[in-house]
Amino acid sequence: MSTKNATVELDKVVIKFAGDSGDGMQLTGTQFTNTSALLGNDLATFPDFPAEIRAPQGTVPGVSGFQVHIGNTEINTPGDIADVLVAMNPAALKANKNSIKKGGTIIVNIDSFEKRDLEKAGYETSPLEDNSFEGFNIIESPITSLTRESLKDSGLDGKSIVRSKNMFALGIVYWLFNRPMEQTENFLKKKFKSKPEIINANIKVLHDGYNYAETIQAFSSSYTILPAKVPPGTYRNIMGNQATAWGFMAAAEKANLQLFLGSYPITPASDILHELSKHKNLGIKTFQAEDEMAAICSAMGASFAGALGITTTSGPGLALKGEALGLAMITELPLVVVNVQRGGPSTGLPTKTEQSDLMQALYGRNGESPVIIVAASTPANCFDWAFEASRLALEHSTPVVLLTDGYLGNGAEPWKMTKLKDLPDIKPLRIDGTEKDYLPYAREEDTGARKLAIPGTKDFEHRIGGLEKENLTGNVSYDPENHELMCRLRAEKVEKVANFIPEQEIIGDANTDLLVVGWGGTYGHLYSTVSKMTQESKKIALTQFNYINPLPKNTIDIFRQAKKIVVCELNRGQFVDYLRAQFPDIKFNQYNKTQGLPFTTIELAQHFDNLLNK
Amino acid sequence: MEETVAPPLTHKDFTSDQDVRWCPGCGDYAILSAMKKALPQLEHKKEDYVFVGGIGCAARFPYYMNTYGFHTIHGRAPAFATGIKLANPKLSVWEITGDGDALAIGGNHFIHAIRRNIDINILLFNNEIYGLTKGQFSPTSKKGIKTQSNPHGITDKPFHPGKLTLGANGTFFARVSDTNPKMMQSIFLLAEQHRGTSMIEILQNCVIFNDNCHSDVTGKDVKQDAQLHLEHGKPMIFGKENNKGIILNGLKLEVVTIGENGTTENDVLIHDAYTEDSTLHNMLTTMSLPEFPVAVGVIRQVKDMTYDDGVIAQLEYEKENAKFHSVDELLTSGDTWEVKE
Repeated sequence: MSTKNATVELDKVVIKFAGDSGDGMQLTGTQFTNTSALLGNDLATFPDFPAEIRAPQGTVPGVSGFQVHIGNTEINTPGDIADVLVAMNPAALKANKNSIKKGGTIIVNIDSFEKRDLEKAGYETSPLEDNSFEGFNIIESPITSLTRESLKDSGLDGKSIVRSKNMFALGIVYWLFNRPMEQTENFLKKKFKSKPEIINANIKVLHDGYNYAETIQAFSSSYTILPAKVPPGTYRNIMGNQATAWGFMAAAEKANLQLFLGSYPITPASDILHELSKHKNLGIKTFQAEDEMAAICSAMGASFAGALGITTTSGPGLALKGEALGLAMITELPLVVVNVQRGGPSTGLPTKTEQSDLMQALYGRNGESPVIIVAASTPANCFDWAFEASRLALEHSTPVVLLTDGYLGNGAEPWKMTKLKDLPDIKPLRIDGTEKDYLPYAREEDTGARKLAIPGTKDFEHRIGGLEKENLTGNVSYDPENHELMCRLRAEKVEKVANFIPEQEIIGDANTDLLVVGWGGTYGHLYSTVSKMTQESKKIALTQFNYINPLPKNTIDIFRQAKKIVVCELNRGQFVDYLRAQFPDIKFNQYNKTQGLPFTTIELAQHFDNLLNK
Repeated sequence: MEETVAPPLTHKDFTSDQDVRWCPGCGDYAILSAMKKALPQLEHKKEDYVFVGGIGCAARFPYYMNTYGFHTIHGRAPAFATGIKLANPKLSVWEITGDGDALAIGGNHFIHAIRRNIDINILLFNNEIYGLTKGQFSPTSKKGIKTQSNPHGITDKPFHPGKLTLGANGTFFARVSDTNPKMMQSIFLLAEQHRGTSMIEILQNCVIFNDNCHSDVTGKDVKQDAQLHLEHGKPMIFGKENNKGIILNGLKLEVVTIGENGTTENDVLIHDAYTEDSTLHNMLTTMSLPEFPVAVGVIRQVKDMTYDDGVIAQLEYEKENAKFHSVDELLTSGDTWEVKE
């Protein structure tokens, strides 16, 4: 007879899966996430893994973690610290010592706490045997040996058996949070389609883990998190890089253009290339180039030949693309460059997040070379911003830089899906074929943008290039006054984009004691902090920027109404310096972090309180 | 259906309204003229030609052609050409480059375009010098020559454009000099007809910074002895008296005189440009003075799948075998859930 313990309802919970980089923690975390998403929980995830594919086994630098925050209310961050930690070895425990709530539950794989394992993690004695984790609810589970026991008759070799132990851990957590196992079973059946013995083994271990948790009575109760109250509609769980890819696909379909991606693999942007290269059935052409320069140049070639040309990269790649981006700017070709930002400078922290490429996006080219810059602010809205970046590029004949970051790109959240018919049409700025005496650099009055004539169109043969061009004709011109005119016209074209974008919004009362200003991927943490402080009756408001260049026209009005302003960003103050240059009479405070990690709501709240009390 | 027959295109149709700004006496003029005469002999419509240049004297070529053209950035022209061709495989894409553009800053793009065998034509104007930046040595400059940037004589060893092409598994390599307009025209036509990356090295003279750099090959009085004109299926015979030939002696090529030491025309190698094995093509490509004549004409022309054909074939296959046919269907595929009012 099943002796199911009492089930306790929770509003939200933060769970972290941590283990060696070969332990399959990313997969385990993703499975828990997808199952919870299907149950209707709101959620946010934070995968945090080393740059090395297999860092030295069992060491702290080799720990791979996946944090997920699920709830029956709105969830905007992956949580500051975990309520439940799964630690597959001592290194995982050590690495997360400070990211677990006091009194929280820690499930450890006790089989990997032998002397040798402890040494690798830099422990002289087991932290479970001294009072390092006093006050925590430690569940010592022999995960490896029970997995071996579970599969002893499976016919699998020892290595494959041990590799399944993440499913045992997942089974335990599924029981603890009352999750059904069907989603993961289906996933395993699909992933190992041609290896039925692996499917069966993993499913067996998953169930055995579940049953083990139920049997040991180590947990005083199991928990459940009811579905979140969210607007009606069809939802799916989506990661930022996937949403970016899909946003481009939607844009191409709405613009009735072929989509061309030129890209070179780079962390953490490669998943956009992977995702788009899956969808050749929709006519998408992806070109894995020989380097970053060839990637952007091929995209520009495709754009010149009539496609929606895009290229995807991260910081170091944007540096390499700089010269070509300048050519896109002076030739006035539509192009979208995605920079999934990571910790820099140089190779920096490839798998960690940062917002430190803003200045590079704004100014990282020779000459007077302004481009449109937009930034996504949640994993799911990467879809919207990829779409919007494409719209701006095509309708304003200019390159657009779309900034996302590692946290958005790898993070996941439920997404209420859009239907294509609900998205605006994109009207690429093209000749209609009736024009007499085509002038490649004649401009539309409202946008200041030029109309493209695509190779293959009779009687519109013309040349474009990187030498300064004469106004209207586009012929090479070294005339001093013409150069000044062209610099102005190109800059004005970007400035005029402000007439075609919505006003900047403020969350909360504009007449506030403290206006929190953010941009891009910090939205979740800033919003959570500000809304909690608002509930505590503090006079605080938030404005999060997605349009960076140009800024929305009402930006200055928002700043004028606030008593104090603090600009928060994951760099040393790039956006705040940009704002200071534009609005020299406004006083901006700043709050910055460069740890390769997102903000925590705790540190934000503390800082905002200090500012409010000053 | 009404059909109007457009008058045939002439070289004038391909002349743009821009003043040509190469130095007087530059070899580029002859190449431009040969190109304008060659194109009307092809079947493409004028609007389907795209000329792409990188940076350098040669790379300004697109401005002077009344076709679609893109003057891009240093070394990257192959990548632009690749994007153009992939986006619209119907276009006839010509990349015009120089020895600095293609082999120094653009070396990587050059070999990768050839490796993929994308269906574009590359004209490499090889004058063994940087012209536009005023006379520095290039990756093809002969060892020892004195230039602005190494007045004591360069110590670099030069690249060999033909060897690079064959090393990257090129399917088409031809060499021609800017002093031979007829041969240029015929090679341009063969290059365009070849499916794949057609690489043409043009021995081009820079009248200002490296004058006469190819004179020992192209000079009027020496060229018959200094050049071997290769044609597929024809014996490798050359010389003022038309009595010299190339034979294979063991693993090496050798110049022989027909009629001497019992050598007959039958002993001379017959050029096979179409053979896949590049061994002999490599040897012919690297023949140099004074021991050998320099090979001109089409040295290698072999059939292989082009990159663009491969890409399109894969797209077509995936379209036919697709589970979904629109972005809407993709969005709703896989695991989704419904939230009701």
